[in-house]
Amino acid sequence: MKDLLNGWGPTAAVFLPLVGAAVLLAIPKSEETLQKVVALASSLAVFFIGVALMVDFDYDKSAKMQFLVDKTWIEMINSRYIMAIDGISLPLIALTVFVVPLVIIYSWNHFPEPHNPKAFLALILILETGMVGTFVAQDLLLFFVFFELVLLPMYFMIGVFGGEQRKYASLKFFLYTAFGSALMIVSILATYFLSPKVNIDGQMLHTFSMIELSHWAGSGLAKGTAILVFGGFFMGFGIKVPMFPFHTWLPDAHTQAPTQGSVILAAVLLKLGTYGFVRIAIPILPIGAVWWAPIIGGLAVIGIIYGALGCLAQTDMKRLIAFSSVAHMGYVMLGISTLTSFGINAAIFGMVAHGLITGMLFFIAGSVKDRFHTLEIKRLGGLLLQAPRMGWLLAFSCMASLGLPGLAGFWGEFPAILSAYSPADGLNVALFRFFMVVAAIGTVFAAGYLLWLLQRVAFGEPTEEFKDEHIHDMHLTDYLAWSPMIVLIVVLGIYPNLIFKVTDGAVIQSLSHIAGH
Amino acid sequence: MLPSLLAAASGFTRPALDWHAFAPEVILVVTLVVALAVDLVAGEHNKGLVASVSGIGLLAAMIPLVTLALDDSSRVMFGGAYVVDDFALVLKGLFLVAGYLTILLSTNAIAEGDYHEGEYYLMLISSILGMTIMASSRDLISIFIALEMLSIPAYLLASWRKRSKTGIEGGMKYYLMGVFATAVMLYGMSLIYGGTGSTILTEVGASLGGSFGHTPVAALGIVFTLVGFGFKVSAVPFHNWAPDTYEGAPTPVTAFLSVASKSAGFVAILQLVFIGFGGQSDIIRPLMFILATLTMTVGNVIALRQTNIVRLFAYSSVAQAGFILAPLSVISAGNAGSREQVLSSVVLYLLVYTVVNLGAFAVIITVSRRTQSGEITSWGGLFTYAPALAVCMGVFLFSLGGIPPAAGWFAKVLLFKAVLSAGTTGAYAMGVIMAVNSVISLAYYLGLMRTMFMDDVPDGDVTPVKTPVPLFAAVGLTVVATMVLGIVPGLAADLAKGATFAFLPGR
Repeated sequence: MKDLLNGWGPTAAVFLPLVGAAVLLAIPKSEETLQKVVALASSLAVFFIGVALMVDFDYDKSAKMQFLVDKTWIEMINSRYIMAIDGISLPLIALTVFVVPLVIIYSWNHFPEPHNPKAFLALILILETGMVGTFVAQDLLLFFVFFELVLLPMYFMIGVFGGEQRKYASLKFFLYTAFGSALMIVSILATYFLSPKVNIDGQMLHTFSMIELSHWAGSGLAKGTAILVFGGFFMGFGIKVPMFPFHTWLPDAHTQAPTQGSVILAAVLLKLGTYGFVRIAIPILPIGAVWWAPIIGGLAVIGIIYGALGCLAQTDMKRLIAFSSVAHMGYVMLGISTLTSFGINAAIFGMVAHGLITGMLFFIAGSVKDRFHTLEIKRLGGLLLQAPRMGWLLAFSCMASLGLPGLAGFWGEFPAILSAYSPADGLNVALFRFFMVVAAIGTVFAAGYLLWLLQRVAFGEPTEEFKDEHIHDMHLTDYLAWSPMIVLIVVLGIYPNLIFKVTDGAVIQSLSHIAGH
Repeated sequence: MLPSLLAAASGFTRPALDWHAFAPEVILVVTLVVALAVDLVAGEHNKGLVASVSGIGLLAAMIPLVTLALDDSSRVMFGGAYVVDDFALVLKGLFLVAGYLTILLSTNAIAEGDYHEGEYYLMLISSILGMTIMASSRDLISIFIALEMLSIPAYLLASWRKRSKTGIEGGMKYYLMGVFATAVMLYGMSLIYGGTGSTILTEVGASLGGSFGHTPVAALGIVFTLVGFGFKVSAVPFHNWAPDTYEGAPTPVTAFLSVASKSAGFVAILQLVFIGFGGQSDIIRPLMFILATLTMTVGNVIALRQTNIVRLFAYSSVAQAGFILAPLSVISAGNAGSREQVLSSVVLYLLVYTVVNLGAFAVIITVSRRTQSGEITSWGGLFTYAPALAVCMGVFLFSLGGIPPAAGWFAKVLLFKAVLSAGTTGAYAMGVIMAVNSVISLAYYLGLMRTMFMDDVPDGDVTPVKTPVPLFAAVGLTVVATMVLGIVPGLAADLAKGATFAFLPGR
């Protein structure tokens, strides 16, 4: 088993969904049940590969690249097929392979218009390939391919299956991210040329290998160059996160996307950006990172406050949750900007927690939309009376989202704020303490808008409009899709070490070139 | 009169001819003759035979390319004026493939439209013949002859649409602008010849390395010569002919012009820049920087506003030409490593662009057979009634936009890499300009995607699109090639890397 996983584990996890999608496309359009079964089966197969990888992962050496595969891919420019998993990528891979089957289960009877399960499920599976691929790729060019591959299915998911403004939202989403990626490819190639050549099979060649480049870590690079190259990465990843002021695509994309799209977007896609910072930008260009850290931290706290204020101004439930994502990703970015292992561990935890909690919120919003055909907050009310189980789950998710201790959200938010108290050497301590205060104030806002949302949607009497309507509480698919997420939110809240002990070693290693480590 | 001429020519000895090296061209000439004969005897309803003969001839011409490639030695004729090296072989292959695909694209469109059918293929073959000659020409005069051979049939083809004002206007524009550009180019060549005393590119390159190379006359000659080809590749500001010509010409001809004719222009530019003017990179760099930046930006920005699909592709092909010119803006005489990357990246981009753009045009022709319209709005909801065609078009559009996993991404990355390999400030500036432009180009490629996948069918008519066999073959071949080259880019990349010039000045 171990040998098999060593050679093929990551590859199988990446390409199995694609195989599933290919099989799906071969099934005639009328056989809808078969299509669903095939899609679920392939996503579950990926899930089990993910579990097997987690079981076989050597947690004592989480800093080491495990299950490493290193094969020739594009010989001409020495771009290699390198896939491996370490403590930073493992939690995110786990999150991805965990969320996708749940999304497919949720879809079972909830296919968005225009009804086309075959295309829709194929898009989800292609997305999974892109997402897992991004987290396991250890070659910059391979990473870039997967990073871009994610755009295509998401573009179609929003553009074809989305709401009223879907065309505008999908185009905006695509162009924003493509702009970031275009600058990122310049930085990738600059890194390639500026780094020293390494020995590959007896030849001295430039390399795209992220492992080799992290060892190099920009030593001997002029500070100005490092800053510019980091700038390209910053644009690529910062837009994806999204950081203020590049966040404007997110509320549109989230609001217009079908429920499943929103869940995947929130749960995994946004993490591609933050993961990029942790995995690529900071370890490879630590000098650039130190220069950029105050800017990133500043934009992060602006994002926290701006996102929160944005939430308070929303009239649409889904848009509100989308803006809360901007705020939450602000905490993640704040943790990253401290360049301390404490902050980055918190950030990775925050990524997973936000993925689960916000994914859950979007699921509930989707079901509310399904029952009431509207998400306008002032037309809703009394959800607890009409659909008590859904109402309580909304309350639970809001509590988790505002960072209630004992639930997963807390461990992403609180340590991130705390880490700003003592940022890495070379960073302005006073400035980061100021950030810390602002971020702490942000939590109050967060409690404000989430409780306000809960109050207006769940409490009180149902509005005139829906008073006499029968509202169906949770379906079987809802139970199946949601309970694993709820369980995990609680488990991670009670025992956060589940993630911290995995990430810690890898994070410390990734920061080994930052002063003070 | 005659005897005196013969007496004067007594010193003439017949140059040694290497028939093997000439085989592709000879096969094309034979094809031309056979096709002409078939056209004469075939009845009005059997003109399809001419198409078949031409297609078979083009395929047959590829056989000697393979044997020549296996042979592995570069062949030189006419004192260096005609060279069959790896570069020539790869590019000849490109022209033959493009020609064959164009024939697949043409068969139905030309037979169904109001066109002279037999002559059409004769023109096409002669133009391709000119292109294969261009790939081997290493002499100012043979470059000129090749250019005329490929251009004159193209002028005719551009106005092939009978009794159509736009067609004739487009053809006329193309012709007049082409002749003007040729005149400028010839003037440049004459200046070069005057200063260097030779037309052979390697010798020109060697003499330009001397004192003449630093004179303003030499600079003028170089700029004029290159500008002449700037017209051929529709570089801004010499692009004005492209949209009208593309719109007016029969669509298969447009496909041919946007791919093969453009590549031929690039082949000439590469030969001049790398062999003839190799040492004069100080003049070429700024010229190409300006041309590339203008071409990319203007092409992209105007493309955003197009409502006609062929015009959209016209401006897209202008913008793509800008991308291909970009690496030439960092070329430097001293940096051999960077020069190598520039050459191979341009060749690879040409290869990929040929396949992808012809594929896109194959879809355009298939769809417009049904919609009878060139307006982009008529493409609304294509996915609902022709999902396979819509997905194929999507692959081509993403490839043109450089989104993985379609082939274009790697070609584009290599262009970026070639640019950045120079490591100068200008190179990084060009990199950022290219990055911004790739995003602008995505805007209109995605606009078309949106129409196909997200808009409603304009008149609610959802009868499926009929795809005739030749078009089906063209779309199928190109879409498979696009995906395979995107996932295993090494296949084409190795070919492009091997496409090197055998003889450079001073070697």
